[in-house]
Amino acid sequence: MAKDIVLDVKDLKVEFDTYGGIVKAVRGVDFQVERGKTLGIVGESGCGKSVTMQSIMGLIPMPPGRITSGSAKLDGLELLNVSPEKARSIRGKEIGMIFQDPMSSMNPTMKIGKQIAETLIVHRGYTEEKALNEAKRLLDRTKIPEAHKRASQFPFEFSGGMLQRAIIAMALACKPKLLIADEPTTALDVTIQEQILDLLKELQTEDNMSIIMITHDLGVVARMADQVSVMYAGQVIESGSVDEIFYKSSHPYTIGLRQAMPVNDEHNSTKLIPIEGSPPDLFSPPKACAYYARCPYAMEVCNKQDPAYTMIGETHRAKCWMQDSRAPKNDDLHQAHL
Amino acid sequence: MAMIEIKNLKKYFEIGKDAKVHAVDNISLDIQEKEIIGLVGESGSGKSTFGRTLCGLWDKTEGEVFYRGEKLPSNYGPKDYKKFSKKIQMIFQDPYSSLNPRMTVKEIIGEGLKLHGKITDKELTEKVAFWLRRVGLEPDHMSRYPHEFSGGQRQRIGIARALIVEPDFVVCDEPISALDVSVQAQVVNLLEEIKNSLGLTLLFIAHDLSMVRYVSDRMAVMYLGSMVELGPTNDVYFRPKHPYTQLLIQSNPEPDPQGERSRASVGIKGEIPSPINIGEGCRFAGRCPHATERCQKETPKWKEVAEKHFAACHLYD
Repeated sequence: MAKDIVLDVKDLKVEFDTYGGIVKAVRGVDFQVERGKTLGIVGESGCGKSVTMQSIMGLIPMPPGRITSGSAKLDGLELLNVSPEKARSIRGKEIGMIFQDPMSSMNPTMKIGKQIAETLIVHRGYTEEKALNEAKRLLDRTKIPEAHKRASQFPFEFSGGMLQRAIIAMALACKPKLLIADEPTTALDVTIQEQILDLLKELQTEDNMSIIMITHDLGVVARMADQVSVMYAGQVIESGSVDEIFYKSSHPYTIGLRQAMPVNDEHNSTKLIPIEGSPPDLFSPPKACAYYARCPYAMEVCNKQDPAYTMIGETHRAKCWMQDSRAPKNDDLHQAHL
Repeated sequence: MAMIEIKNLKKYFEIGKDAKVHAVDNISLDIQEKEIIGLVGESGSGKSTFGRTLCGLWDKTEGEVFYRGEKLPSNYGPKDYKKFSKKIQMIFQDPYSSLNPRMTVKEIIGEGLKLHGKITDKELTEKVAFWLRRVGLEPDHMSRYPHEFSGGQRQRIGIARALIVEPDFVVCDEPISALDVSVQAQVVNLLEEIKNSLGLTLLFIAHDLSMVRYVSDRMAVMYLGSMVELGPTNDVYFRPKHPYTQLLIQSNPEPDPQGERSRASVGIKGEIPSPINIGEGCRFAGRCPHATERCQKETPKWKEVAEKHFAACHLYD
């Protein structure tokens, strides 16, 4: 059966002009999101995950930003390099967004209910009264107690967890096909994180909505994602199903991330293995493999020629010379994730 | 004798007429020599206030803290800082705001040494160079400013600044939460290595349960200003006694998709309540699945529920 793809991103490249030169923030990113499924995007700060999302939403300031290549199609509709008006009509309606810091995503001088209603008035042409009633229903749906009363409160009267619920309500107001959640629970505590993740899953099932979940927390990815793309220095270096990424990690960076996190096993006191060094400078990214300088398995070829993607499973691929058929067998790499 | 003895420590903030925030309420804790105590809890549980009060950055409302048998003043004056900050130091959460952007790395790291005694510039340069190397940076970095460094590097500068005065006891307030996963492991390993070679005692405050379990010998759990559980780390993590600790640890997502798929949601109710003017009764009663009438009325006592494992809960009477 053919997969039902909602979002198809191909060869996306984004760069920014700065005083220090041109930063190549995104360097050829491909990924697909299936309808009703969750794609987790993992990577450290500066790897280009947020720029990728901003490009899709038409939020890259141009200039200094520039999308130099690629396409991003939402159910066949091209999202890149469209007019600001067009981008505005897609944002909020077809694509919902939630961000890391709930406090700064809200207008502090506007009542919660009114902020949610605004979306409906703009995109759906609702009357103010109808929109406000719908806003209250949405707040109730995201399980905010006493939604009617809360709708007429200001953001500062909400806790972080409650505010994130209100933002989810706002993002879902127009029943978007796709929800982009950029570190939605990073600012929250684990018990509240659990509540928010449960809520997202529940709403996803009800609306058959797709989610892109950007996070650096592998625990959150394990709980939420169906597919995972691991990004490094502006590229996807490994992607596959969540099980493939966790149990058959094939790129040394993915393996490195897993070994840098503690395993909660009482009888296993494996030491953490940090990834030494830091990501490359994206003013002049390496011509060959970007992970070469930090990679414990690096070979000569890695510094000379950029590796292509090797398909490891049906949806599982890695951008690494170790996966090339000509590469020497390396038992370490296979042992690493046992 | 314990290195640090904390007896019934309280820190209240007055926020208006008849309104007090009970940020730290009646906490007692002994910290042994060369021990790492991990302190976890939700935001607003008072863990940072507890750490800061220990270091004298906040005045104590009530209670006593002893360092090697010597009582620490309840309100620090300039002389007290000079005396005790040689022995008790702090590493902060945010490596961006905790370093003065107008000072060079040498000035930042060397400031403590200068304040604590006469030292020639040559000696200072040598010491700073030694510590830069010790935390994995280069002596050349001395003349640079904080903005020239990444988050992980800045956190190393913060660590060097705290450790250059050779303290006994260091409060680390969320030292890794602002860092990327790959860098977190670098900083944690560095702290562990320095702890082993210098014999430091650490209070490691964090909300990342897995990381706290990894680094600490004993683990303490705070909720709404009070301590609800304390014990050997593996006992607390794998055999938690207090219902709050149980829910907290169950909510922690593990990097294991199969396990996560089969894990039922914890379904913890509600959020941490307001810490203003807290009355009698268990503070967790409103969210606790086991709460009875008694929990609403009577504050549970702190008791040993297993070997060296303490909790404050009526379930264990």
